[in-house]
Amino acid sequence: MKLHEYQSKQIFAKYGIPVPKGRVAATAKEARAIAEELGGRVVVKAQVLVGGRGKAGGVRLAKDPKEAEEVASAILGMEIKGLPVRKVLVDPAANIEHEIYLGITNDRAARRPVFMASAAGGVDIEEVARTTPEKIIKVHIDPLLGLRDYQANDIALGIDLPREYWKQFGDICRGLYRAYTECDATLAEINPLVILKEKSLSALDGKMLLDDNALFRHPDLAEMRDVDEEAPAETEARKHDLSFIKLDGNIGCMVNGAGLAMTTMDIVKLYGGEPANFLDIGGGASAEKVAAALRIILSDKNVKAILFNVFGGITRCDEVAKGILAALAEVKPNIPMVVRLVGTNAEEGRKLLADAKMITAETLAEAAQKAVAAAKAAA
Amino acid sequence: MSILVNKDTRLIVQGITGNEGLFHTQQMLAYGTKVVGGTRPGKGGEWVLDGKVPVFDSCKSAVSATGANCSIIFVSAKFAPDAIYEAADSGIPFIVCITEGIPVQDMMRVREYLDQKGTRLLGPNCPGLLTPGEAKVGIIPGNIAIPGNIGVVSRSGTLTYEVLYALKLQGMGASTCVGIGGDPINGTNFIDVLEMFERDPQTEKVVLIGEIGGTDEEKAAEFIRTKMTKPVVSFIAGQTAPPGKRMGHAGAIIEGGSGTAADKIKALEAAGVKVAKHPEEIPSLLK
Repeated sequence: MKLHEYQSKQIFAKYGIPVPKGRVAATAKEARAIAEELGGRVVVKAQVLVGGRGKAGGVRLAKDPKEAEEVASAILGMEIKGLPVRKVLVDPAANIEHEIYLGITNDRAARRPVFMASAAGGVDIEEVARTTPEKIIKVHIDPLLGLRDYQANDIALGIDLPREYWKQFGDICRGLYRAYTECDATLAEINPLVILKEKSLSALDGKMLLDDNALFRHPDLAEMRDVDEEAPAETEARKHDLSFIKLDGNIGCMVNGAGLAMTTMDIVKLYGGEPANFLDIGGGASAEKVAAALRIILSDKNVKAILFNVFGGITRCDEVAKGILAALAEVKPNIPMVVRLVGTNAEEGRKLLADAKMITAETLAEAAQKAVAAAKAAA
Repeated sequence: MSILVNKDTRLIVQGITGNEGLFHTQQMLAYGTKVVGGTRPGKGGEWVLDGKVPVFDSCKSAVSATGANCSIIFVSAKFAPDAIYEAADSGIPFIVCITEGIPVQDMMRVREYLDQKGTRLLGPNCPGLLTPGEAKVGIIPGNIAIPGNIGVVSRSGTLTYEVLYALKLQGMGASTCVGIGGDPINGTNFIDVLEMFERDPQTEKVVLIGEIGGTDEEKAAEFIRTKMTKPVVSFIAGQTAPPGKRMGHAGAIIEGGSGTAADKIKALEAAGVKVAKHPEEIPSLLK
């Protein structure tokens, strides 16, 4: 789950990391009021869950409240990489002397958290990572010991941070590490962390990604999810504990198991079709869950055929068949459906579906070919 | 021979009184696995499945009473890390965790702890393993595989079933089938299992089933190129997956352009591995 900049910075502030004292606005008028409160120059920043806001014109300076209102009004009407801007953050403008990058993430290969830092912070950090990776230093953290003070010093030393800032920088590293662990983040990033002309550090921008699997112990963070930023079908799927991703094709896929669901998409494509979605109904899927999944697939008007591929293990094929029948009775879809049931209780499942006028298949390849042919005939 | 589990494996089931724990204990017993006990704090002294399996309050008491040398975990994600620590602390050398959805930071700590203790974990978020005709420790349906000389290792669950079933239809059997799980941080990786298959006299050929995300398949390719003498056939799921989206498994995500199926297939082919276009093509590539 992605957090907005303003949400990330609110969390950072809780962990003692200095952030600008701006606020978020949903209208240009609110932006003006915030600018008046802050006084002086402000920066108005689009709050969308994609990178490259600055380069798209979504981050602009304003010299006074009137200009802040104008700028906010322009940004609030924008789309950045297809996402409409619904909120802006109004922060006091900073007097920047130098920009640093500081972040922590999971290093999957090392199986440890890793701090990354660079003296060359700012908007081009990805370019730095690509062309001059030696300018980014990495310090791995023992997950059982946590961040040690000497490691924070190592990071400061590694980016040639002037010594007068070491103490404050150490506090920021410790705060960031606590934010990362206590929120179960997969990424907590400050870019840039700036040295102000006033001789102190400030986190001008922030980004956090949270581990979806850990949200059960963070109900407060789970509530921060911005459902406006995802496809409505994906929100609906999450409600039913289904794993769903919308794609651009016309063959709806309902599969049990993530690996098999990916494979089903791949094989549809291999035989000349285009999958409309990734959908994993999970292990032990009940009839209700299957019905919800079918409704979600059918809510996509591009879908011209549906392919059910179920390999029963924990999931019982007769349960899935019952779910399909219940859903068919309810939504009465008018499109061809190909079904393949193998494994636990497959025979019982097939019997249940015998009267449902579905196209049946024995093998995965046969099922995919039949679904592709059906979609082409219906298109 | 086989790897990791066989007819002498003495298994306990953590979370044996839950729905899944009970159902799969029954399935494992029916397959012939020696399930010697189970645990559920607060229910020690009871018996389940018509008095066939004793329940203990803790792993420690289960191990001392039964001499268990393997544990399988069916408790929910919230409690699974604790179950893993408990099994390791009671001296069990091999732990299989079926549970899906354990937070990744928990798994970093678990893995670090187990490495220090020298305990092997399979999973989490995995279907477990099956040595056809001898033992099943996990949830792989027993009837879809027959004994044979092919070692199977996979990050997936149901996709693995597809492959075992496709092999069986061609009369081909497995030495052991190992599901390492779909999480970004797990206990046993491809290389660990490939190494065991290379040493196992029963295993003559290997099937490796990978998917998008991470670099484990690339590392496996390097291992195959430099260390393996037995032929390997592979399939990689997720060739049509869009970047940045988590495809069900927490570990199946293309991040910053790395972890794509194309990269993995390229690395494997460069190591001399035949890569199937779809799972049902695997048996013919093994011939």
